[in-house]
This record gives sequence, structure tokens and C-alpha cells, in this order.
Amino acid sequence: MIKVQNLAKAFGTKRAVDDVSFSVDRGEVLGFLGPNGAGKSTTMRMITGFLSPSGGSVTVGGFDLAEHPIQARRLIGYLPENAPAYTDMTVHGFLNFAAEIRGLRGDARKKAVNRVVEMCFLESVLHQSVETLSKGYRHRTCFAQSIIHDPDVLVLDEPTDGLDPNQKHEVRQLIRRMGEKKAIIFSTHILEEVDAACSRAIIIDRGKIVANGTPQELRQKSEWAGAVTLRVKGVASSAVTTKLYQVPLVKRVTVVDEKDGHVTVRAFPKAGANGALAQAIGEAAHEWHIEQLQAEEGRLDEVFRSITMPDTVKEAAK
Amino acid sequence: MNPWRNIWTITKRELGAYFTSPLAYVFIVIFLLLCGFFTFFVGGFFERQEASLVRPFFDWHPWFYLFLVPAVGMRLWAEERRVGTLELLLTMPITAWQAIVGKFLASWLFLALALVLTFPVVLTVNYLGHPDNGVILTAYVGSWLMAGAYLAISCVTSALTRSQVVSFIISLVVCLFLILAGFPPVINVLEQFARPWLVDMVTSFSVMTHFEGFQKGVLDSRDILFFLSVIGFSLFTTSVILRTHRAG
Repeated sequence: MIKVQNLAKAFGTKRAVDDVSFSVDRGEVLGFLGPNGAGKSTTMRMITGFLSPSGGSVTVGGFDLAEHPIQARRLIGYLPENAPAYTDMTVHGFLNFAAEIRGLRGDARKKAVNRVVEMCFLESVLHQSVETLSKGYRHRTCFAQSIIHDPDVLVLDEPTDGLDPNQKHEVRQLIRRMGEKKAIIFSTHILEEVDAACSRAIIIDRGKIVANGTPQELRQKSEWAGAVTLRVKGVASSAVTTKLYQVPLVKRVTVVDEKDGHVTVRAFPKAGANGALAQAIGEAAHEWHIEQLQAEEGRLDEVFRSITMPDTVKEAAK
Repeated sequence: MNPWRNIWTITKRELGAYFTSPLAYVFIVIFLLLCGFFTFFVGGFFERQEASLVRPFFDWHPWFYLFLVPAVGMRLWAEERRVGTLELLLTMPITAWQAIVGKFLASWLFLALALVLTFPVVLTVNYLGHPDNGVILTAYVGSWLMAGAYLAISCVTSALTRSQVVSFIISLVVCLFLILAGFPPVINVLEQFARPWLVDMVTSFSVMTHFEGFQKGVLDSRDILFFLSVIGFSLFTTSVILRTHRAG
């Protein structure tokens, strides 16, 4: 549904988006990750046709955005960053306007407005002016606007920003449900959302795509993927580390905690261990009193940090 | 889809926005008060002893509009940019032109309403004597066209900035230039040292020169064309400015 090819955007000499290519099919929910200022919003603005790219192309539903902007935009629902809405209108008036400008008239418009009001829980503020709404309601109003024409493509810029945990959960559920039939791109910097809602994720940093894959694949890139945490009782930490270093699959062992005779260590696997580490360690430690033996999954936040950390910070960390 | 449907949707929204804020009411009340005060007190309507609205009423319009029209037009784009709704509007399946024309039309219709509400002045003069209502009608048309020209200029300045105040001041200065270029005291000074063709050229840019014809009851196609071309050119400039925003 969405095809982005070699997309680039320069503001003066700064290249905000640099040679970005990806595609999203129907039934996919693509999470767009990246630190602030990485180019997420700029990319989304180009996909929706608000900004014109300095290079490359965007195709939505087969329509090139530069050549057939109106047809392409008809297919898109867009929630911009900060969820803007006309403050002088009521929620009802605003949604009616959005429906009308999307070409919905008469009964179709009424139905569409009722549908999104129900979906986004807006009944209680329907006749309130947008100006007086709390942030969560305003956000949902703008979200309702983006799905009013039941679009094939949804572009959501930080759809859960400013919502309380219950609302966040609600929105994620909604995204996942709608993702079964639509092509959705949403940006976030909350990593748990990627697990909760995405079928695929892209990490973008300084205008370039630095990782692209399912959440599972991304997690595999983590140093933590396949690591094992072991807690034993009544053994000195030095003895534990020495023993574990003798296990062929172990690359590195760190002591996490040692107190009152309880020792917690974490062993990181060598490449190609493929999850066999836990068993190997279990065997090596069988003569001790094992209190805990746990294989770690990869951690997205750690992958995210290691990929997007500026070079200067990385060097300082070494 | 029919472009006029989109334009009308935008126009309706904008008109609604005027009347949900106090702006519309404040504007209309001030405009009517000014018209009444200047016509009957400063303009000396009664002292003139003639059944005509030209001097006491319409003469003031270029000056009222100088302050009032930029106040109506200043929010058109500046507010959209400040609040961020511009991003919504320009990603809807409408062209930038439809948005520009729709917004302009809304404000222009609003000004038409303010103008129509001055009807008691017309009733008064008809009650007191036998004015030439044809002249009054053409003068109204001219006044509305002039307001449209000011408004289109305000559109440009509003698209230039996020700040309504900046927009107001710039469009006021530009409109002031358009008045002064044809203001008799200024022309007199200009005639002292400039060649006649230069004076003619400067005055031909003035709204005063072109409004004059309407006040005499003459519908001159050149005057109509002048106002319409100011409107057309300004709206085109607005579209160029919006395009440069999108180009980043």
C-alpha cells in the first residue's frame, strides 16, 4: 500500500531524511522508532504530502504522491504530531467538517461520525469546544478525524503521546485491530508499544534507516538475546565466574549482585549459541544450590540504545 | 469531486469560526459605530443638505478598511500555522487553491455582511430625500471590491507568519501605501518634482483612484479589473508562499 523509495529531505544544509526506502503492505503495522529529531515526523509529513521531498518518491495505493496527490491523499488518514484540531469548533462540528471534506455527505456522514465517536469514546464531549478539552480527549478527537473515512492507509505520528496508561492501552488495541485490514505506520519512542502493536519495526537515526525487521528479529540483535542469569547460594562469586568461563559457549560473565551468600551472575553467549546456553550453564552449575536460572530475551531498549547512540557517546562508553 | 463543494466546505467552516469567536461581533459593532459616527458627525451628512452618501459615507471606507480588514484577515493562515491545523488542512484531499479560495471567500462574505448591515444609512437618506440609489449601489459594489483587495493582501501577510500581530501590521502598511498612492495631499507633493507619467503610474496603483469611479456611479471595467487583479495576484502569491512552506 505504501511504497517509499530513496526518500530524502534537506532543510538548508541539514539532511533530515536521507535515502529512506521501505514499504508497508495491507495487514501490516509498521512501528517507526527513533530518537527525537531523527526524521520520523519529516518522513511522515512527506508520506502524507504535507512536505514535498527533495528527492525520491512516495506511492500510496499505486498513486504517486507527486503526480496524483489528491487520489493518494484520499486513501490516507493522518494524525499529525501534537494532534492539532480547530480549537474554535465543537468536537461534533470538527468531525462533521472532516467527514465532509473527505467527501462524505448526508447519511454516510452521520454514520461515519457516529462510528468514530463510538470508537474513540467521545460521546461525553461531543458538544464541547475543542479548546476546552483535556489533552487526552483532544488527541482522541484528532485520531477520530484520521479514521473517519475508514482509510486504507493510516499514518499516526505518536498516537499515544500524552495519553494516560489506560488510554494508551486502548489506542494500541485499536491500532492492532485496525492493522488487520489496513496498512499502518505509527511513530513512537515507547519501545513496549512496538511489542504491543507492531508486526514490523524500523529504527531511524539521523535521517537513515539503521534497522528494519520484526520485533523478534530486532531483539536478536541485542547482546542480551540468549543471555542467562544465574543465582546460586553459598558459593563465592569468583568461583562461579571461573567455572562459567570454562563453558565453551560463554563469551562474557558479569557479576550482577553478591550479598548474604547469594550470588547473581549473568553470562552472555558467543555468536551462534542459539539459546543452548541455559542448558550448558545448568549443567556446569549442577553441584551448586541453584536458586534461579533464567534465559533472557533480547531487550529492545538496549538494541535501540546501541544503534542510535551518537558516536561520541559510544566512544566515551568504551 | 466537484472543486466548489470542497471550497464551500472550507468557506462554511471559516464563517463558522468567525461567529463562534467574539471577533465577528466586535468587528461588526465597531464597523457600524464608525460608519455612523463618521457619516453623521465628522462627514457632516446633515449640513450638506444633499441626498447623497458619496462624500459623507463612502469616502471613509478606504480608511476604515485600513484597520478593520487586516484584523479580519490576519488569522486566516497565521492561526492555522500556529495551532498546526495547517498540516491537517493541507493533507486533506483538496488542492491548496481550494483551501485558499475557500478561506478568502469566507472572509469576503463576512465583510459583505458587515457592509449590508449599514443599510440604515441608506434608509435614512431615502427617507430624507431622493438620492440616486443606482449610485449608492455601485458605490457599495466598489466598496466591497476594495475590501476584497485589502483582504487578499492580508491573506498574503497572514501566510507569511505565525504571528497574527505581525501579519496585521504588515498588511496595514501595504494597504496604507495603496491608499496614499492616490491620496490628494500625497499626489500634490509628488507632482512638484515627478513627471506626469510617473504620477499617473503611481496613482493608478491606488485604491482611491479606482474607488472614485464607483462613487460616481460608474462601473468602469478597468476599475473592476484593478481590484480583481489585486485579489488574483495576492491569492496567487499566497499559494506560492504556502508551497515554499511545504518545500521546507
